[in-house]
Amino acid sequence: MASSKSEEDVDDKGENDEGKHPEGNLLNFEPEVPVESMLVPTDNFDSFEQEAPPDPATLQDDDNLVECQKIARNTSDENTEDPDKNGTSRSMSELSLVSVESSEPQQVDDEVSNNSEWRSQEKHIFILSSAGKPIYSRHGSEDKLVTLFGVMQALVSFIGDDGDTVRSIHAQGTLFVFLIKGPIILACVCKTRESVSQITVQLNYVYSQIVSVLTLEQLTRIYEQRRNYDLRRLLAGAERLVDHLLIALETQPALLLGAVQCLPLASTTRDTITSTIVSCCNKIKNLVFAILVGGNQLVTLIRMKKFFLHPADLHLILNLVNSSESFKAAESWTPICLPKFNSRGFLHAHVSYLAEDCQACLLLLTVDPDLFFPLSEAKQKIVEKLRRASLLQSINAALAHPGTPVSQLGVPEARHFLYKCKATAQFWGPVPAPPYQSSEGAKRLLDQYRVLHHRLHAPSQPLKLLYLQDHAETMLGWITTGFELYVAFEPLVTKANAISAVNKILRWIKKDENGLFITNAPTF
Amino acid sequence: MRTIEGKIVVLGSQGVGKTSMVVRYIGKMFSHHISPTIGASFFTCKINIDDTRVKLQVWDTAGQERFRSMAPMYYRNANAALLVFDITQYHTFTAIKNWVKELQRNVEEPMVLALVGNKTDLVNQRKVLREEAHQYAVSIGGTYFETSALHDEGIEEVFLNSAIGMIKLSEDSQCTSLRIYDSSEAGSPTAILQPPPPLSAAVQLDKGPSPGEQERVLGCC
Repeated sequence: MASSKSEEDVDDKGENDEGKHPEGNLLNFEPEVPVESMLVPTDNFDSFEQEAPPDPATLQDDDNLVECQKIARNTSDENTEDPDKNGTSRSMSELSLVSVESSEPQQVDDEVSNNSEWRSQEKHIFILSSAGKPIYSRHGSEDKLVTLFGVMQALVSFIGDDGDTVRSIHAQGTLFVFLIKGPIILACVCKTRESVSQITVQLNYVYSQIVSVLTLEQLTRIYEQRRNYDLRRLLAGAERLVDHLLIALETQPALLLGAVQCLPLASTTRDTITSTIVSCCNKIKNLVFAILVGGNQLVTLIRMKKFFLHPADLHLILNLVNSSESFKAAESWTPICLPKFNSRGFLHAHVSYLAEDCQACLLLLTVDPDLFFPLSEAKQKIVEKLRRASLLQSINAALAHPGTPVSQLGVPEARHFLYKCKATAQFWGPVPAPPYQSSEGAKRLLDQYRVLHHRLHAPSQPLKLLYLQDHAETMLGWITTGFELYVAFEPLVTKANAISAVNKILRWIKKDENGLFITNAPTF
Repeated sequence: MRTIEGKIVVLGSQGVGKTSMVVRYIGKMFSHHISPTIGASFFTCKINIDDTRVKLQVWDTAGQERFRSMAPMYYRNANAALLVFDITQYHTFTAIKNWVKELQRNVEEPMVLALVGNKTDLVNQRKVLREEAHQYAVSIGGTYFETSALHDEGIEEVFLNSAIGMIKLSEDSQCTSLRIYDSSEAGSPTAILQPPPPLSAAVQLDKGPSPGEQERVLGCC
């Protein structure tokens, strides 16, 4: 993979101190770090494996805060271990399976043997129960893949018999990644350039989506009662959530970065919207989060003082909103489990679009199942006030804005970039311009970002700065304590130009920081 | 003008067309791209019958099995139920029987029951005979309707029947969960949503009047 390009690690041991940099003092570019963030700050390799915080209902005042910090710590701890090196990953030869074909039984499923379209898919995701029952397949009908699911279950249990766990299998350009979560096995078979850890993160997202639909409690209970249960019965109608999530994972950088994008708004406008929502809701007890989203971007988020929202949970919320047309028709009262917040129970969400003429979606999340009408009333009030203050128009204008192209920044060498503010778990990037406008171009760009991201976050040898040059583009990735920056340059850019372009980008971001990011952490 | 405010819950298996029916009636439209309801959706509408205005709070519930355990939250204190099935899928008709049992077990007050066979536009694939459905409706003290949300057939009647049924209930001394009041402003604007009672708390007739509406609570007992 890496052999095709010439590459140079400008700094591979993290010795790059700011003083070395041509432009001198870089501390100015560090994002403003709020005292606290509305989102739990994340590292990229958030592996979702930590325990969920306890039930909010039983929480004492500061427990959740402590939990959240613990989560952040656990996460970074986990990052230091390399799944590829800790001996649980086995190669094909160790398993004495020469190839998948040879391990298949003679009577293979129709889909596997006859459907060339199915076979040619670059990436497959499968979900099955530990008893081998099909639950989901990204491509094709899982009913036609029963034998294949059987093979997967056999692999997992064969290795499990030794008290070991299969994590990945590497064979002839194809990567098999497994994630075993209690009664559920998730598997990915792909020919993409993604790394094992990146795919594990994706499988964790898929698992969280299932937990979000059912709650961990229900999931565990069902399989305790009936090991052979066909989970598809309970997931009916939720497959599209998984489909949609997987498409987002394939096409959007947000989940790769573990960050959300905010709808760019003047900070005064955003603050007024926030205070309007607060003023209409602060009398309502047990309201945990109020979230306003539009165009897959966050407009504002208000939380109950002692609770925080994890970006992974927010991604599940965005996924729910984006994949549910039915929310547009009426007010909804929807149970949703946020696995990072509390995997054991549902929150009740009042979900509605602000108005016919303002397609931003407001979610009011509570633990109280009887709060629909007070929330419905609060929503009416919010909309009235926003309308009177012409804020619906402001939101509409921001939603209709085509986005800032990179050309507007005056850095001709840069074709695209992603900037993530680590403390707030938010990111920003310009709208893709040629050559990344086509779906192929966009895919290649995201692939490049993935490679860069993986190298920078490689658990065995994390980097702070990476400069990769190949025939199509030159990629630069840079991680500091405050931000992560990923830039795609012209292939022939010089190092000096690239560095000065990076400085221009950072200066531009710094200047617009308050409009591009939510820098405060409003509470009720 | 006398106003009756009642709660109506729409129940039935997934994909039988509950949301399509409600959206057809309230939104006057049909969408082929409707996504499954998650939890429940809330609509309101008003029907004027003679000198009585009936305000309906419609809870359109999700049909998926995983929401089954949440159903009581929606049918509690309901005054009417629309039991919807798909005439081309017999098992959706069978499922209604479980719903009826559940309602009979858990709802104490009398309810207006409407059994609705949807998708008459697919009549050539019919699996549930009209006669069988009709007999069942009679056996549970309900009324049978056949509708097509796609062609907008028969849906008005379903809601009208429920409204009329609620007016009858309001004359019944057994019924305490309907809100009945005289409103002085006849033909007031059709602005919707007076703050209705909380979902699960028992509805008290002596609740304060809704804002913006002069209201007199008539004890119906």
